[in-house]
Amino acid sequence: MSLSRWLVAGLPIVGFIGLALVLMSGIGKDPSILPSMLIGKQAPEFELPLLYEPEQIVSKQDLLGQQYFINVWGSWCPTCQYEHPFIEQMSNEMNLTVVGLNWKDTRDEATRWLKQFGNPYETILFDDIGTTGIDFGVAAAPETFLISADGTVLAKYAGQLTPEVFDTTFADMLTP
Amino acid sequence: MKISMIRPVFLLMTLSLLLGTMAQANDAPYTFESVRDEKRYKALIEELRCPKCQNNNIADSNASVSVDLRRLVYEQIQQGRNNDEIKTYFSDRYGDFVLYDPPVKSTTLIIWFGPLVALLLSAIVLLAVIRARQKRVIPPDPDQAMLDDQLEQFDKDLP
Amino acid sequence: MIPELGQLALILALLLAGMQCVLPLIGAVTGNMTWVRVGRPTAYASGLFVLLGFIALTISFVQQDFSVVYVATNSNSLLPLHYRFTAVWGGHEGSLLLWTLVLSMWTVAVALFSRNLPEIFLGRVMAVMGLISIGFLSFMLFTSNPFQRHLPGLPEGNDLNPLLQDIGMIVHPPLLYMGYVGLAVAFAFAVAALMEGRMDSRWVKWSRPWTNLAWAFLTIGITLGSWWAYYELGWGGWWFWDPVENGSFMPWLAATALIHSQAVTEKRGAFKNWTILLSLSAFSLSLLGTFLVRSGVITSVHAFASDPERGIFILAFLGVISGGSLALFAIRSAKLNSGGTFTLASRETLLLSNNLIFSVTTVMVLLGTLFPLIAEAFNWGKVSLGPPYFGFMFFIMMIPAIALMPLGPFSHWKQDNARRWFDNSIWIMLLTLVGAAAIYAAMMSFSPELIVWTSDDFLGKAWQFLKPWLGMVGALWVMLMTLKWTIDYVRKARARNAPLSRGLLGMATAHFGVGVFLIGVTMVISSSTEKDIRMADGESFDVKGYLFTFVGTDRYQGPNYLADRGHFEITYDGDYVSSLYPEKRSYLSGGDIMTEAAVDAGAFRDLFVSLGEPLTDDRDVWSVRIYHKPFIRWIWLGGLIIMLGGILAATDRRYLSRRTEETSKTVPERAVT
Repeated sequence: MSLSRWLVAGLPIVGFIGLALVLMSGIGKDPSILPSMLIGKQAPEFELPLLYEPEQIVSKQDLLGQQYFINVWGSWCPTCQYEHPFIEQMSNEMNLTVVGLNWKDTRDEATRWLKQFGNPYETILFDDIGTTGIDFGVAAAPETFLISADGTVLAKYAGQLTPEVFDTTFADMLTP
Repeated sequence: MKISMIRPVFLLMTLSLLLGTMAQANDAPYTFESVRDEKRYKALIEELRCPKCQNNNIADSNASVSVDLRRLVYEQIQQGRNNDEIKTYFSDRYGDFVLYDPPVKSTTLIIWFGPLVALLLSAIVLLAVIRARQKRVIPPDPDQAMLDDQLEQFDKDLP
Repeated sequence: MIPELGQLALILALLLAGMQCVLPLIGAVTGNMTWVRVGRPTAYASGLFVLLGFIALTISFVQQDFSVVYVATNSNSLLPLHYRFTAVWGGHEGSLLLWTLVLSMWTVAVALFSRNLPEIFLGRVMAVMGLISIGFLSFMLFTSNPFQRHLPGLPEGNDLNPLLQDIGMIVHPPLLYMGYVGLAVAFAFAVAALMEGRMDSRWVKWSRPWTNLAWAFLTIGITLGSWWAYYELGWGGWWFWDPVENGSFMPWLAATALIHSQAVTEKRGAFKNWTILLSLSAFSLSLLGTFLVRSGVITSVHAFASDPERGIFILAFLGVISGGSLALFAIRSAKLNSGGTFTLASRETLLLSNNLIFSVTTVMVLLGTLFPLIAEAFNWGKVSLGPPYFGFMFFIMMIPAIALMPLGPFSHWKQDNARRWFDNSIWIMLLTLVGAAAIYAAMMSFSPELIVWTSDDFLGKAWQFLKPWLGMVGALWVMLMTLKWTIDYVRKARARNAPLSRGLLGMATAHFGVGVFLIGVTMVISSSTEKDIRMADGESFDVKGYLFTFVGTDRYQGPNYLADRGHFEITYDGDYVSSLYPEKRSYLSGGDIMTEAAVDAGAFRDLFVSLGEPLTDDRDVWSVRIYHKPFIRWIWLGGLIIMLGGILAATDRRYLSRRTEETSKTVPERAVT
């Protein structure tokens, strides 16, 4: 058989096998997961007032020097309620530093929510316009970031934080 | 085309409700100083993908993050930023994922130039094959002869 | 009881499909004609049981049997009766049943109308159709059973997705599936020809009307989907290049190449391999579309709730059907260089160009649709390809297609000369260029913002400037040339007292439809006006001379929703034009919010109003979307005309007559590789 005969006979089936491999690679993966652009980079600069003390402004520099989590939440977000007990566990039992980023919320509703469900946060930054959240690449609450002592973003998880998620996403990167 | 399969969107909408993307935001329309700014705004929000939706641009989505992103596009247009600067602002934060018009780079060469190269190459091959065929003597074929006869009849009817 | 009967019917249908698949093949090998003939009656019986299954599911919906899981997830006691019928295909399981039912209908139609085909050939066609049927029936029964019970029954259902509670849902999916699934017929004919080893023009002649018909249904199915999306999704878009939309568009592109390639193979005996390959690809792409929608590998607005198990099943099935048929092709494909000779300037070359362009375009859409998956697999990061990418690439690809299209009908088979084409078209070419420029000037005076640049760079501006003009040139070129051809043809046929060929007239009709479609698209993308504004009760807003007055809103309760209904009065130069009532509905069952746009449709413009959000607590100030969309109806009108062309061609007398069989007998056996 000539080369061109081989090509005509073989190319379609080879193309199909390639296609099938591509399709197979996608099965079981969740295409909606959006990885963070910030992993391994410096966290964006921010200067935000605190939720409880509006006149006090906290910047990224103020938080340097220790590893900490930023948990993006809002009182309007049901999933934040579901993950809240675990955030409390992180803060109280695991002795981790969790900074809250209260996103697109009002002070009244946020404080009422914390009163009802408890406040596990070391500090709570108040981002009512939501721009700092967007600088972090937040698409929807809740999202959680792990920031190193020098301000680098180590890991991010979007969605409800659970012990399993914590183990796979963050546990390796914790400094004792 | 909206194939019948919208049902699960329902499920996903419920899901996004849980994730809090549907929180109502006061989404008042914007006014612009010039037609050009208005057109640029329209074009940009149609080219930016909502990071939390199934497959929507921020113009067509009511997710609360889309409302914010629209506001940022508007503010940056008001500040006199150009289209590239605005797009870069978003891709820095959410990745190339938010650009429906993917930038030309090494990994996207195949989608931007692959189809055109394929079209040109196959056109060249085609021309070569037709020319080669013309020169070749093909043995008479009874089946073909019959088709040729039918064809003469058929061609008479055509302009 | 009814659901169990439905379940039983599907199991019987599966068994019968098994017989329909296996027996004729064994018969063909052993020469046992009784077994070969089993194909048809088993197809009828299997089709009947699928229909009974479908009826059983419909009854479960009408009776609101919430002990059936599928009914409970896709219906609700408040759902109006007529939507309970359409809810049958509102979800994954039921739409799969519709798929299977449509496949059975096509199979029965082939069995009924192809009785004059050689028995062994028909037996093999039935076998292939049966195999596809087996795949879908077992997919349904093993992974996605629509009759799955939940005992005890649930007191209330979840409700049909509000987006689907609409007239568009009644007509769009069945017609689209008619097209999708109809390509299975061309596929079965091609596989039967491969099995037989006779890839001459004979099988193509039999296959052509079926392909044309399926293609016509696919065209109208896609068109209706576009129309539905336009008014139902509330943002006035008519095509988004969403993966699922692409999933239906790829088979269409491949089928478009196929119907042109079939013409060459039937008339000239050339491109035999190519026609087979396109027949296999078109249906494989239908299956791929099914995979994309149901496997969850890709994000889409229209995807079904998915799970990996379903994806694996369809992929395996795709492997059997497409992989198997391509392997058969690799073994059996015809000798190269078969078929009659032709020169560079000939109808063969033009049709081949069509095939080339449409095949590459199909690959482009396929690559673009799957690229996010490919990028993910190679760790290139997340990418999105949307309208800016596909719109641009598609436009570029279609430039040569549109330029060559009207020359096709004018050209002669075998040998022609380019000089003759030039003489035939030069005046129309000039008229087109000038006419398009004149129309462009008129468009600019009508909407001056047409040439307000959105882009910053020169290329972007040039593209924005050229696009409408090119679109108009294409539309005029296609329409005028096609008209000229039709007039010439009818005159000549009259003079010779020859009957008009429906095949040729259908072709001209479809080509003309492309021109109509192009006008619509060009006008809509270049001269639409879209305003997002804030309106208080009693305020007016002017769009292109139309004065929209917002009279106010009221609240009312529908059968299963609460709605804010806006009231807009529209006048033009003080004359009453229309009253529009856009709605914002909140469905009682799930709390889903739906935007129901209101449209005043017209031949030359649509006025489109949709309600955004109330901006005050008193609900007397709203954000409102007002669109003026010139010529948008022409997009769908074009699709409709294209479909009519397809149907006209499919009903050509040549296919209906008994001559098929006689001709086939006179064709001598040919050597096969």
